[in-house]
Amino acid sequence: MLDVRGLRKVYSAGNREVEALRDLTFTVDAGELVCLVGPSGCGKTTLLRCIAGLLAPTGGQVLVQGRPVAGPPPGMAVVFQEYGRSLFPWMSARDNVELPLKQKKVPRERRKQLVAGALESVGLTGAESAYPWQLSGGMQQRVAIARAVAYEPSILLMDEPFAAVDAQTRADLEDLVRALWRRLGVTILFVTHDIDEAVYLGQRVVMLSSSPTVVQAELTVDLPAERDQLHTRADQRFTALRTRVYEQIQVARKAAAGEYSGFAENGNMPETHR
Amino acid sequence: MRRLALALGLPVILFVVWFVASNGSESFYVPPLRVILGAFADTWTLERLRVDVLPSLARLAVGYALAALLGVGLGVAIGANPRLRAATEPLLEFFRAIPPPVLVPVIMLFAGIGNGMKVIVIAVGCVWPILLNTVEGIRAVDGVLSDTARAYGITGVARLRHLLLRGASPQMAAGLRQALSIAIILMVISEMFAASNGLGFAIVQFQRSFAIPEMWSGIILLGLLGFTLSMLFRFVERRALGWYHGLREAQRKGS
Repeated sequence: MLDVRGLRKVYSAGNREVEALRDLTFTVDAGELVCLVGPSGCGKTTLLRCIAGLLAPTGGQVLVQGRPVAGPPPGMAVVFQEYGRSLFPWMSARDNVELPLKQKKVPRERRKQLVAGALESVGLTGAESAYPWQLSGGMQQRVAIARAVAYEPSILLMDEPFAAVDAQTRADLEDLVRALWRRLGVTILFVTHDIDEAVYLGQRVVMLSSSPTVVQAELTVDLPAERDQLHTRADQRFTALRTRVYEQIQVARKAAAGEYSGFAENGNMPETHR
Repeated sequence: MRRLALALGLPVILFVVWFVASNGSESFYVPPLRVILGAFADTWTLERLRVDVLPSLARLAVGYALAALLGVGLGVAIGANPRLRAATEPLLEFFRAIPPPVLVPVIMLFAGIGNGMKVIVIAVGCVWPILLNTVEGIRAVDGVLSDTARAYGITGVARLRHLLLRGASPQMAAGLRQALSIAIILMVISEMFAASNGLGFAIVQFQRSFAIPEMWSGIILLGLLGFTLSMLFRFVERRALGWYHGLREAQRKGS
């Protein structure tokens, strides 16, 4: 479904060059929910913009359903982190969800069904006529998710979608994403910097190194498909998995610190995450 | 009710002060307000409004509409195209810096002294704030929003209509508001230079024939006209940009 091969991105500003992505290769199969997790500043957003066809890579290739990505691929929907800036503030929630469908020339009757269905599936029935700025952050992100769902994508990209909402809302939205994924059978690539979130959501976690980014490791999440915030997060297997991911991320960060300061592996890094 | 009282308070006080202070005035050039108001009622009859005010308003409307079309059209093209913007921006700033009234004698040279000249003067004079604000508004359309539009296949005409024009509309409105006051000034000035009717023409005629109270009444009428147009503009803007004011309000509360 999604095939990233040797992806490289170098930004050049004047005569300075910054290598954001060095060499990324991974795949996402049809119907999978894969989480990409990496330390902050590891070029996650750059990667996502390359996959979405919004940014041309310097080298390598992205294939969606076997076709190389040169612009935004038609069957792809994106949910951005900045919900406040990715919804049209001059349109009601309903119109925001409907606009991409109009553009796709979906007939009016079908459009109405899709919009109503999508808004209902994210729990926004009754808020259709509200403008985004009249809604809370969590509800705005729900509108953005509804827009993606109504678009009937074969692949859904989510770029740290819950990084800016409060913890309670975040838990609700995580469950919403899992529920939608299981119901719709859509392929999801979920980018996050939150290790717990990655393990809780994904079937598989792809860990990225610090910038210049490579794939650090991959991990299959062998938790049962039925997950809930209370029990899954208390599960021993969950704890073991998150520890594994955490270790890998720490290795990545130490390696990066070593590269910059000449420190060896045992250089003391402050214990921070999230 | 209270806001209305606050808004009307100062104008009413000033008016009363003017009325009382000028009441015993013997000066030929500064007649009592009582006399001016009398002249107002006598001068601005329906016939007069038709002969002098209507043509002025028509020129204003046509010139302003032309400037709006031109300013928004060019502004969108320049704002959406970084290279074009880099090439034209210094030039635009130069033209903007020229005081519009000096255009009157220049434009008279090739456009004559008819209605065409006045319309051109108004259009050329007030296109700049509209143009520059539109350029700035288009340039400032949010990057994430723009990415979102691209990702969902909103391109071409739909992008122009749903993203660029709407996104830049608050800035456009700011430009249009500035342009409106410039347009009124240019309407009067162009009619003072060369005309056979119009508000500016009437005021100059009164002054030249020493009909001083009538001249003052013309100035009051101009003030009222400008005020009415600006109120009208605000009303329309509040309606069209309701989302923008709501968004701003929400952001203020949030931060």
